[in-house]
Amino acid sequence: MQPAIAVRELTKTYSEGAASVPAIRGVDLDVHPGEMVMLVGPSGSGKTTLLSIMGCILSPTSGSVRIAGKEVGRLSEKELPRVRLGQIGFVFQGFNLFPTLSAGENVELMLDLKGIRGHAAKDRAQELLDQVGLSEKYGTFPSDLSGGQKQRVAIARALAGDPRIVLADEPTAALDSHTGRNVMQMMRELAHQRDRAVVIVTHDPRVIEFADRKIRIEDGMIAKGKPEIEVPADLLTQSGEFDVAPAV
Amino acid sequence: MPPLARRNLFHDRVRLTVTLTGIVFAVVLIVVELGLFVGFTTTTSNLIDHSGADLWVTSQHVPYIEQGVAFSERKLYQVRATPGVEKADKVVVAWGEWQHPDGRRESVQVVGIDPDEPFLQPWNLVEGTVDDLKQPDAIILDEMYKKKLGVNGIGQVFEINGHRARVVGFTHGIRTFTTAPYVFTRFKPAQGYARIPEEKTVYILVRISPGENLEQVRAAISSRVTDVEVLTTPEFSRMTRFYWMFTTGAGVAVLLAALLGLVVGFVVVAQTIYATTMDHLKEFGTLKAMGAPNSYVYKVILTQAAISAVIGYVLGMIVSAFVVQASQHGGAAILLPWPMAVGMFFLTLLMCTGAALVSINKVTRLDPAMVFKG
Repeated sequence: MQPAIAVRELTKTYSEGAASVPAIRGVDLDVHPGEMVMLVGPSGSGKTTLLSIMGCILSPTSGSVRIAGKEVGRLSEKELPRVRLGQIGFVFQGFNLFPTLSAGENVELMLDLKGIRGHAAKDRAQELLDQVGLSEKYGTFPSDLSGGQKQRVAIARALAGDPRIVLADEPTAALDSHTGRNVMQMMRELAHQRDRAVVIVTHDPRVIEFADRKIRIEDGMIAKGKPEIEVPADLLTQSGEFDVAPAV
Repeated sequence: MPPLARRNLFHDRVRLTVTLTGIVFAVVLIVVELGLFVGFTTTTSNLIDHSGADLWVTSQHVPYIEQGVAFSERKLYQVRATPGVEKADKVVVAWGEWQHPDGRRESVQVVGIDPDEPFLQPWNLVEGTVDDLKQPDAIILDEMYKKKLGVNGIGQVFEINGHRARVVGFTHGIRTFTTAPYVFTRFKPAQGYARIPEEKTVYILVRISPGENLEQVRAAISSRVTDVEVLTTPEFSRMTRFYWMFTTGAGVAVLLAALLGLVVGFVVVAQTIYATTMDHLKEFGTLKAMGAPNSYVYKVILTQAAISAVIGYVLGMIVSAFVVQASQHGGAAILLPWPMAVGMFFLTLLMCTGAALVSINKVTRLDPAMVFKG
């Protein structure tokens, strides 16, 4: 099966004045449809940079990034938004909802970007809110939603574009344990039932068990032979085997 | 499209109020200054534009109507004899000195005409008729200058340069740019009021016969009558307007004030739209991360600017209409012709969208990766 995302010999180096700071150093990684992969590791290890490159938000310094088989690593700034819009949905740590739009309108905004407008957009937005358990919240503004509800709206918005890939950056960081687990359950269903490739960056040991595969990033590389994260022993046993090798 | 632009704009009422205040201020300032410019310009050539003539025969090198120099009235007969001339008559437009009964003096512009000829007749008469000018020493003034000249009503007698003048009628709304009121009278008394020598006139006004070519008739008069210039009415009107508006600097000052209004409006609007954009920067970053092209984000910002422009324009024009109305009773008329009102709309739109470019520049350089920075 063709991977949804295929990364080869990926590097990313930032310039800080005269100095070059390597953020990603030779990463190889495949993520397949129907799979939920978690990127774990200490702060500053390069997880978010890797996620940004896979999400076509950042361009790599070298190496290859293929989305659904197409090379995107060398696309121009003008072409990248088209790939993001067509293939990728994002879920952010801070939800990033538009505070002046209602929950339904937030979802509609994504549909508008995809060219779906009017009644069709309203109906589809309502359907997506139904799917994330927020049927009654179409007209509710983000300020009147709980953290978990906001994140579910964000997931509905990400799904509105019907993406093959969903990338999430610390989606449970602002949520309590129970809500965080609900959100992760939803993300896993998304991967398994709707055959989407889901990649999540997390520091949250409470949700690690939901991963199909965990990749530990250290110093910009995939760390081999180490547990992904400092997690309680009971969580380790629940989550089963660690996948520490590059998934190539 | 979800109403992101409108919601963002109306979300912060205080900022919206500041934005609209800036636009309204700019619109009113520009309308008032441009209206003054149009009012002044129209006033300077009022007499020429209402002359009813096709051509003006003047002494040489007359730069504007108030600067006419007397020449022999015998040239009138040469003009009348020129082929293509239907009518021609002599008129006086010259300075005179109005004497109040208490001895105070005011400058006036004496307009001497033949009431039976169609040239330079007083218009907008509210009391009296043009035929009343046929009475001895009769004069017609504009009611706007009653107080300035100490006139209470019909029948009052004054002196102009020592010659008797009796008020027989009033016009309405005939302003002068120089603030020296027009005094309409017959040609003969006008010579006395303005101390124009007998046998001399200041202008000869010409109406050409129907079907005649204006330029050909002008050329014919020029070749037949020596030591004069022959100007078309629009030409003389333009010369007079240009002199007062640009040679004196009066118009430039007014235009500069209008430009200042535009600059102030631009700065205020740019600043507030920029501040609104900065407030919503994370949202614009999210939009870009979601795959929105820059053009989509520009549309949001430009829509905000356009909404601000429309509301600001409407409010500004309402305020301007009051100012324009109020000015009709004063010495300096502010005019707001409809092409200016329409042009003002587009200028407001241009000002606001131009101001939004500062924000667009910021958003263009926005890195969508910011959405992952917490």
